[in-house]
Amino acid sequence: MRVMVFAMATENSDKGMEPTPEMMEAFQAMDRFTEELVTAGVMVAGAGLKPTAEGKRIVSEGTTRSVIDGPFAEAREIVAGFSIWEVKDMDEAIAWAKRAPAVMPGRNVMEIRPFYEAADLADFITPEELATPREGDRGKLGVA
Amino acid sequence: MTSGETHRTIEATFRIERARLIGGLARLVRSIDRAEELAQDALVAALAEWPKTGVPANPGAWLMAVAKRRAIDAIRHDKMRERKHEEIARELDGSYDDTADALEAMDDDLGDELLGLIFTACHPMLSRDARAALTLRVVGGLTTDEIARAFLSAEATIAQRIVRAKKAIANAGLAFEVPRGAGRAARLSSVLEVIYLIFNEGYAATAGDDLVRPGLCLEAQRLGRMLAGLIPERAPDKAEVLGLLALMEIQASRLAARSGPDGAFIPLAEQDRARWDHLLISRGVDALARAEALNGREGRNSGPYALQAALAACHARARRAADTDWPRIAALYDQLRVVMPSPVVDLNRAIAHSMAFGPEAGLHLLDEIPDVDALRHYAPLPAARGDFLFRAGRLAEARSEFEAAAGLTRNAREKAFLLARADACDGAS
Repeated sequence: MRVMVFAMATENSDKGMEPTPEMMEAFQAMDRFTEELVTAGVMVAGAGLKPTAEGKRIVSEGTTRSVIDGPFAEAREIVAGFSIWEVKDMDEAIAWAKRAPAVMPGRNVMEIRPFYEAADLADFITPEELATPREGDRGKLGVA
Repeated sequence: MTSGETHRTIEATFRIERARLIGGLARLVRSIDRAEELAQDALVAALAEWPKTGVPANPGAWLMAVAKRRAIDAIRHDKMRERKHEEIARELDGSYDDTADALEAMDDDLGDELLGLIFTACHPMLSRDARAALTLRVVGGLTTDEIARAFLSAEATIAQRIVRAKKAIANAGLAFEVPRGAGRAARLSSVLEVIYLIFNEGYAATAGDDLVRPGLCLEAQRLGRMLAGLIPERAPDKAEVLGLLALMEIQASRLAARSGPDGAFIPLAEQDRARWDHLLISRGVDALARAEALNGREGRNSGPYALQAALAACHARARRAADTDWPRIAALYDQLRVVMPSPVVDLNRAIAHSMAFGPEAGLHLLDEIPDVDALRHYAPLPAARGDFLFRAGRLAEARSEFEAAAGLTRNAREKAFLLARADACDGAS
């Protein structure tokens, strides 16, 4: 099964990265952990994300759309990066997540969310609809 | 954290570490059975300790240390020191620290312990089926029941197969080392063969009602990724390992599109390409690029897996079936038949040439296949001939070829597909 893993951190990390000795060491620790995931055949994809100062939020309510510039100071936890893991079950995902180094000073949170699979969508879309050929490359990672 | 949760996490951690643990212990005790017992003992110790202390930062090292200590104590007390233990026993006559150093030096000589286990489980002295079952069991961590269901065998058959394989390995006194030097290429070839066999069983199940068994493909991909992670970049065979990985990732990208909602078989030309997993495609294309770069740097020609991966990548790159670069595919098959001569490759080459240059070209190449007799029970041969004849307008002949093909396949889905093609020959103008 595939899970997405969000690496979340407090606003300290959202200030961006400085190449301090601590940060460099944290990077190396993360790099080693990633290597373990790769060698175990678990790591499928991953990326770090820039601080929310460089991000934007689009809020939609009914027909209105608004764009809000970062930084998003009111957020308690911020997504700093994500990865996609191939694991046997959530227990394995948890076991791996616990081995991740605590990269940022303070509170680090990893959120693990399993991908939807075709069977989960059965009430929303019939197997025939799911199988109907569609034009274009949706570049999708999941099932819908 | 409740005690129940901790136990599950501990067991999940153990499952992550198990194969490497067995590989390291087997070097000491020269028996997979004994290594599995010692590993299990280490798990029991972890279940007792870790709820109090938490899971250690390096759980693998903790488990290995506990298990090795137990193994060494057992060897020391073993009054009837067998010959294969003598060497180790001599090392162990010193202090525990000396022993630990001696063991580490031994490990360095023998190479990575997980890699050593993979090579040993795939040893060519075992039959391919035995290698596959043993690898899935001790490297993949699948239960005997899971393996039996994957290969549509009885559990007892698989269990027996594994028991005999372990015994053969123990009797041969194999050292669970990573092969180097002269024998290495053949040994690696054996490993790649096993991994690809497992993959193929999941991708194009040879028998049974389900067309594909995605779990098996995933297992093979995982083994391939592990192998690629363990073989160093500068090793001369790294390129072929990456080639196999690329091939599996790209083929696996099509799993969801290969069967329709009722489980029917959908051939490549008709698959919904929007259902291809582009994440896997990009991983596969990336691995292929690395393989080709390695070969390029060493001035080597691509090996069979890299070539097959290049073929798969050609299909993956085409947005629609009509965009497929068939001349390039035909050229790749021309290369592949040199490094991997086989009637099946020749058959696929004929198909590629027919797509690039017309059905007559395909029929011509089919007639030229040396050793075509080896294909007389192989459904894709009459299926291909039937397709060429159909496209050349020779419908009556096409029908009998499709019927012959339907008679040869053991897979229910493929059979239905071929019979449908036979029926389509009537009344098609």
